[in-house]
Order: sequence, then structure tokens, then C-alpha cells
Amino acid sequence: MKIIVCIKQVPNTTEIKIDPVTNTLKRDGVPSIINPDDKTAIEAALQLKEKCGATVTVITMGPMQAEKALREALAMGADEAFLLTDRAFAGSDTLATSTIIAAAIKKLGADVVFCGRQAIDGDTAQVGPQIAEHLGIPQITYAAVVDYCNECDALIVKREFEDRYQTLKIQGQCLITILSTLAKPRYMNVWDIVAQDEKEIGLITFADLDLDKANIGLGGSPTKVKSTATKQFNKTIETLELDPESAAKAIVDALKERHLI
Amino acid sequence: MANYKSVLFEQMIKDFAETEVKPLAAEVDEQERFPAETVEKMAKMGMFGIIVPKEYEGAGGDYNMYISAVEELSKHCATTGVILSAHTSLCVAPILEYGNEEQRRKYLPDLASGRKLGAFGLTEPNAGTDAANQQTVAVEMEDHYLLNGSKIFITNAGYASTYIIIAITGKTPKGPEMSAFIVEKAFEGFSVGKKEKKMGIRGSATCELIFENVKVPKENLLGKRGDGFKIAMKTLDGGRIGIAAQALGIAEGALDSAIGYVKSRKQFGRSISQFQNTQFQLADMATKVAAAKGLVYAAVNAKQNKLPTLSVNAAQAKLFAAETAMDVTTKAVQLHGGYGYTREYPVERMMRDAKITEIYEGTSEVQRMVISGALLRK
Amino acid sequence: MAKNIFVFCEQRDGQIQNVALELLGVARELAEKTGEKVNAVLLGHGVTDKADELIAHGADTVYVVDHENLEKFVTEPYAQAMTHIARKYEPSVILFGATSIGRDLAPRLSARLRTGLTADCTKLEMDEEGNLFMTRPAFGGNLFATIICPDHRPQMSTVRPGVMKKLEADPARVGEVVAESVEWDASKFAVTVLEEVKAEKGEANIEDAKILVSCGRGVKNLESAHELASKIKGSAVSSSRTLVDAGLMDHERQVGQTGKTVRPEAYLAFGISGAIQHLAGMEESEFIVAVNTDKNAPIFKVANLGIVADAEAVFKNLNKLL
Repeated sequence: MKIIVCIKQVPNTTEIKIDPVTNTLKRDGVPSIINPDDKTAIEAALQLKEKCGATVTVITMGPMQAEKALREALAMGADEAFLLTDRAFAGSDTLATSTIIAAAIKKLGADVVFCGRQAIDGDTAQVGPQIAEHLGIPQITYAAVVDYCNECDALIVKREFEDRYQTLKIQGQCLITILSTLAKPRYMNVWDIVAQDEKEIGLITFADLDLDKANIGLGGSPTKVKSTATKQFNKTIETLELDPESAAKAIVDALKERHLI
Repeated sequence: MANYKSVLFEQMIKDFAETEVKPLAAEVDEQERFPAETVEKMAKMGMFGIIVPKEYEGAGGDYNMYISAVEELSKHCATTGVILSAHTSLCVAPILEYGNEEQRRKYLPDLASGRKLGAFGLTEPNAGTDAANQQTVAVEMEDHYLLNGSKIFITNAGYASTYIIIAITGKTPKGPEMSAFIVEKAFEGFSVGKKEKKMGIRGSATCELIFENVKVPKENLLGKRGDGFKIAMKTLDGGRIGIAAQALGIAEGALDSAIGYVKSRKQFGRSISQFQNTQFQLADMATKVAAAKGLVYAAVNAKQNKLPTLSVNAAQAKLFAAETAMDVTTKAVQLHGGYGYTREYPVERMMRDAKITEIYEGTSEVQRMVISGALLRK
Repeated sequence: MAKNIFVFCEQRDGQIQNVALELLGVARELAEKTGEKVNAVLLGHGVTDKADELIAHGADTVYVVDHENLEKFVTEPYAQAMTHIARKYEPSVILFGATSIGRDLAPRLSARLRTGLTADCTKLEMDEEGNLFMTRPAFGGNLFATIICPDHRPQMSTVRPGVMKKLEADPARVGEVVAESVEWDASKFAVTVLEEVKAEKGEANIEDAKILVSCGRGVKNLESAHELASKIKGSAVSSSRTLVDAGLMDHERQVGQTGKTVRPEAYLAFGISGAIQHLAGMEESEFIVAVNTDKNAPIFKVANLGIVADAEAVFKNLNKLL
């Protein structure tokens, strides 16, 4: 079995602060990490490898700095890694991104593709299903358990919904998006930390792929960012003396304003 | 060849120490419990074979990685730091450096993969700093040495399966002839005696080892007969870097804790971090920590590059880092005030843990002897 | 030419989901700008009779695909049904709820139709030319981005549940129900549902919870706290050390120096005075609400919204409101 895991290097959003003067995101000095759901996807692939024998290939699309995320995956035990990088890829929205990644997966060949459910910098959860569609293979999203059934040579997946779960069986090629609750990702291990330095990261550029420029990059992206704004919540500290009923109402209003309930 | 291993290693060990080691530190201390679950995790991650070449199932990493592991672990739990240090510096390293190919093949894979833990026995009730005053004897027989005697204050005792033991094998005109042996826990006549009740590093197992007519096969003689004292001293040079790293980690952990505390603690209507006394104390602590770090990694450099100054570098690193640990942890407790004296905060534990670094693997006085000896020999 | 706003009206076990009605509500507002129609798409098995509910909430036409292939949600049959509707009627906009169904189906469909999709929107606006302005949070809610899809139709969006307002049901509203039949390509149905189990979800880990209902000395009866947590999605109950020491709470749920450090999107501190050991574990929370009878309690120094009131009485009122 050949498993490809798609990962994304993201800024650690929990450390992002808003510059109170310019009202913009302060991204300087914010460390980059492997997107948490994607890290669990690596773990899921490594577990599957241990269960039924497989090779685990990790790919990412991004600038050259994303090599570190791939190297971290190798240090966790992935077998090989590829970086999809090209100026032509820049500015891609989810549809264009998924088009590029799907082309790379087609070139590399895979029986199973794992993605994280969603990335903490975008929270779209779109690229996985879109890759599956481009590849013409079935998808299972929100996977909380992925198991291999020996007798039926199929994957058994527990798929979470808000109010229920399904147990699904899938034979043949497929793409599965992984929830971070599936497993705690393993740490990098010292053997692979040392060994990854001896491995090459494969580079995949526009020229290597069967792609139409019209479908990728900024120009090939149907969606455009029209504007961005940072939302200023009332951070001023206020202490009110209220009767219990108004107090409850004030709390509900504050939570609603923040879309928390 | 790419060069990511140091960055990745640092990231891994920080993450591991904070997530797995820190939450257990208070409990391990309180219950005087060997953190077996942490040791098992470390084993699976290859941490017991960092410096062991790949052909012996090690990771083939460098000394720098090993030392930074001891440092990071000790930031949160000095017990965990010394388990790794004693295993690596005092058991793996001498087999690697003085063992013959057969011994390496036999012992290193189990030690490197963490299937077995290692330890080292030199100290005896009447042979502490005066290491030459050994009582443990190994008498050469036809196909083995017959080992009798005892060792005390042995780190990892009981949990370790493989021990490097120094024993007297004869006499020379200059004094007793000492030799080093690889002794397995399973050898008949080997037993672990009483466990010490200690002030600090209370999760680390520190026990007596007892040898009653233990038959040690001749092929388990490490190095040549009579090399024992030299092997012990060289091994301790390496061990001292490990303890220096442990001390450095303790000091860093106490400094971090103090910084966090003074920022949140308010007295007289303002954060105590705004008082100049606090600021100056922190400045002094941080400066000493930085100096200790410089000495520790200078010693690592000497070890990696086999510099002749290694003994002095290691002694200076241990001397300064240990005294820094004691000083910084004491100051950290003081900055925490009454809370610092309680077990609610980690600094009281760190202060107790710091003390041992001034004592074991050569007291601070021994380090001063080593350093001054080298100065005056010139 | 593409026209009309289509809403994928999610149902589960034949129950129309709230978010579907909310989407019909916002779709009506958007449609006013351009004079387009609001059409609902209802997929399922044995669900045709639910179409009236959608009309009552604002749908002009309800397209129903009622078929056994749609009994349980599985991506491919649902995608085929939606593709059929989209190709046949060429909508200008398709809206989905940002649920675990909408966020599975919508991206699949957008790739099949090769059009743009904006996820998890919290605001939608339309101009007279029919361009949809889709606003969504990014970077963990620190940033809001407004996205457009100028050259591709349909414009697709998933919308966060609970944000848009549904219309009052009007049983007198008139609309059309159109039964659609789909040419299924069963060769693509590779996923088999072995079982589907409705789950009573327990409370989340306190580190994973989006909202923490946290109790201290001022709360004697924890039942109302658990009741509140059961009503707020993604929430859990935590506490200060006092309740753990008193044996009322697991150590697993303790916040603070000797417990866990948490950073939820909202931390609701009830009857917690806020010793620094406690503050150390929660002061990084995005939004802090404190309820305490002592107006000098240190917790008020870190709270974004502090209320001097009796915690238990506020619990009662919150449980009534939610």
C-alpha cells in the first residue's frame, strides 16, 4: 500500500497577536508548525504502515521554507517527502491548490491519500475533498478512526458528525481527512532525526506536472480576497453590578456577539 | 547533505520535556518514584542511544544532541535528566570507547534501543573522592573473575541491567591495580541493596550494589587488566558534562519559573517584576545561566573534537554549572517568597535537586583539584 | 445565465436542520437585492413532506430528490444529486450549512463544477449585480476576510450555523415543490455505511473545549454548571483547585498552576476568586467572563466582562435562556 499524506506548514496561530497600532496581524517571529490535523494524519499513516505494511510519502505545497515541515515528518518515520513549489503556484485558492496537489498525487501514485481535516490558518477543510474530486476517488472526511480489515482488504473508517458517527467501509483508492482526535501524533525519534539529513526532499515544480496555468495560481483561483479586517472586540475590562437575570442576558449577548453560541 | 537534525532534535526534546516530563515531575519527587513510563517512552524514541553508531542500533547522533537532551529534561525534572546521563555517560560511553568489537555487539544494541538501562559503579563506603581506596576485588580464575564487595550511591541501580564496575584485580608498585568489568544484573551473586532516601532527585533510584562470588566471564573485562582507574577517570570526564548539563537545566528551569512568577505576582498594588530588586536578581541569575551554558557547550566541543583540554573543560563546566544551579534555585525560591517554600511551585524541588550536582561525579572540591592540577602541572 | 439563490437544506433523520432555515432567511435578504428567487434543495429518502416547512421559511421552489440512495449521508450520491440540480438550473449562488455534512459536500461539488467556495462564512452580502460578498474569520478568528467569486458561477459558500436569522414560519406562504430524478452513476458509490450510531456526546476535555464553564468556591451545586455545558456546543466544565480538593471535581478538570493551562475561546468563571495560581492557568483565554459576589475578587482584573452577582442565581437564568 502506498499512502500519501498531504500536510501544510502553518503559523502557530495561537501565538498570533494583533498589532494594536496598525491593526494588522503580527506574524513576525511566529513559529511555523505542521498543521495539527495534518500531523495526526501523518500519525494515522504511520499506524497503518505498522499494521499492514505500507510506504508513507509526505507532500506539501509551499515556499522552500516548508522543507522543515517535511523533514519533521521524515523524523517521525515517513519514508519520503516531496515539496511542491513554484512561483506559478502562488496565490492559489483552495480549488487551485487542490488542482496542483491532485496533479502531484497522480504523478507520484497513491492507494490512499490522507489529509488533515482542516488547517488552523484557514479553517476551510476544502482542499481534501477537492483533491479527491480532481482525482476521481471517493472521500471520507472527519475520520476519527482508520483501521485496516485484513479479511476484506478494506479500510474501516469511523466518520464523525456533530450528533452521530458512521462506520464506513472503503475498498480501493480513497482520500480520508483525519481529525486530530484520532491519535496523539508520535514524537520525532532520534534515529529518524539523524537519518532524515541523509534524505533528499523531492522538488516538484510546474514543469513536472500536467497542469494548465489557467487553473492554478492567483489567476486560476475563482475566489479572491476583496478585503481583510481585524475585528476589535471590546477588550476593555468592565465590571458590572447586575441582577442575575440581566447578568445571564449580558453573558449570552457577549457570547453571541463572538459567534460562540 | 541537509542539516536539520539539530533544529529538529531541539524541537522534539523541548516538546517531549514539556508535555511528558514536566507534568510528572512533582509526583515523581513526592512519591520517590522511578519514572518508568517516561523511560519507556524515551527508549522508543531512541534517546538512550543518541551517541551510539547505527551499526549498534543507535541513532548515530552527536554528543551535542545528547547533552541538550539532559539539559532540556532537567529543566523540568532533574530525576529524568540524570537517568539519561548516568546511562549514556557512565555505561554506554565506556563500552563504546573501551569495549572490543565483541563487547560492543553484545551490549550496545540493547542499551542503545533502551531495552536495557545502564549504570556505573565506582563509589564505595570508604572510597568516595578517594576513589583509589577500593575494597571490591575481582580475583582472576581460570575462565572468569570472581567479584566480591559492594558499591554505594549507584544511580539507576536495580532498573539497570548492565553495569560498569571498577574493582581491584591486583597490586602494582604504585598501589592497587584496578580493572573495569561489564557486569550483568542477571549474574549469580549480584544483588541490589538498600535504596537511599535522598534530599533531591528523589525519583532516581540510588542504591547499593552487592557482589557475592559473582563469576564475571573474562570476556567482560573492559579494556585491559589494570586500565580500570584510567577508564573510570575518563568516563567521569564525560559524566561531568552530563551532570553539568543537568545543573544547567535545573538553573534554567528555576529561572523560567521565577520569571513567570514575578510577572503574575502583585504586591503593594503592582507586579513584583517592577521592583528593581527583582529585576537585578533576575539579571544576575540569567547571566550566570548564560555563562554556565557557555562552559557546558565548550566542554561538549572538547569532547566531540577530542581536545586535550577535555578534563579541565568538563571540570569547569560542572563546577560552575552546579554552583550556578544552587545559587539560581535559591534565588528563585526567594523571589517566590512563601509560595516558593511550598510544593505548589517547582522551585523548592529544584533547589533540593540542585544540591546533588555539587556532590556527585566529583564534588566541587574535586573539580577545583582537577582544574588547579592542570594549571600547576604546566 | 446563472440565476437564483439555492440553499442546500440539510436534514438528518427527516428533521430539517436549523441551519437550513437560517440559510433560507439570509437567502431572502440577498435575493431582495437582485430580485432573484430563493430555491431550496432537499435531498433524502422519504423527506418530500418536509418541503412545506422550507416554503414556510422562505423558499419559493423546493427541488426534492427523494431516493433510497440518499437515505444516509454519503458524499458521492449527495454530490451527484447536487450536481444534477446545479447543472440543470444553473444557480447564481448555492449556500450550505458549515456542518460536517455541508463542509464535506460543498467542496466536492465546487471542484466538480470548477467554481469557488468560501468556507464557514459569518456574513453574506450581495450587490445589485448579484456579486456575493462572503465574510469569514481566519487565523483563529483574529482576522476577517471578505471573499468574492467574480467570474465563476455558482458562487458557493458554507455558512456557520447559528449566525444567520431564520424567518418566522409562515404557513400561508406559497411555493412550488418539484420532484427531481437523478441519473445515478452507481459505479462511483465505493463507500459502504456499515452502521450509523447517534451519539450522546460526553463533555470535551477541558483543553479541547471551546468554552469552559468553570466553577470555584462560590458554586455549591455543580449540576447547573453541567446543565449549562450540555447546552453549549463544544463546552465543558472545569474548576479551580478548591472543588478538586473538596472531591467535587476530577483533577483532570482543574485549571491552574497545579492543574491544566487552558486557552478556550471563552472562559466563564463562576464563583472563582482568582488566586494567581488559578489565573496562571487561564489568563490567556480569548474572552473571560467572571461572575462573583466579591467585587474586589482578583478574577475581575483579568475578566473582559465582570459581573458582581451570585453565581448560582446566574446559572439558573442562563439555563433558562439557553
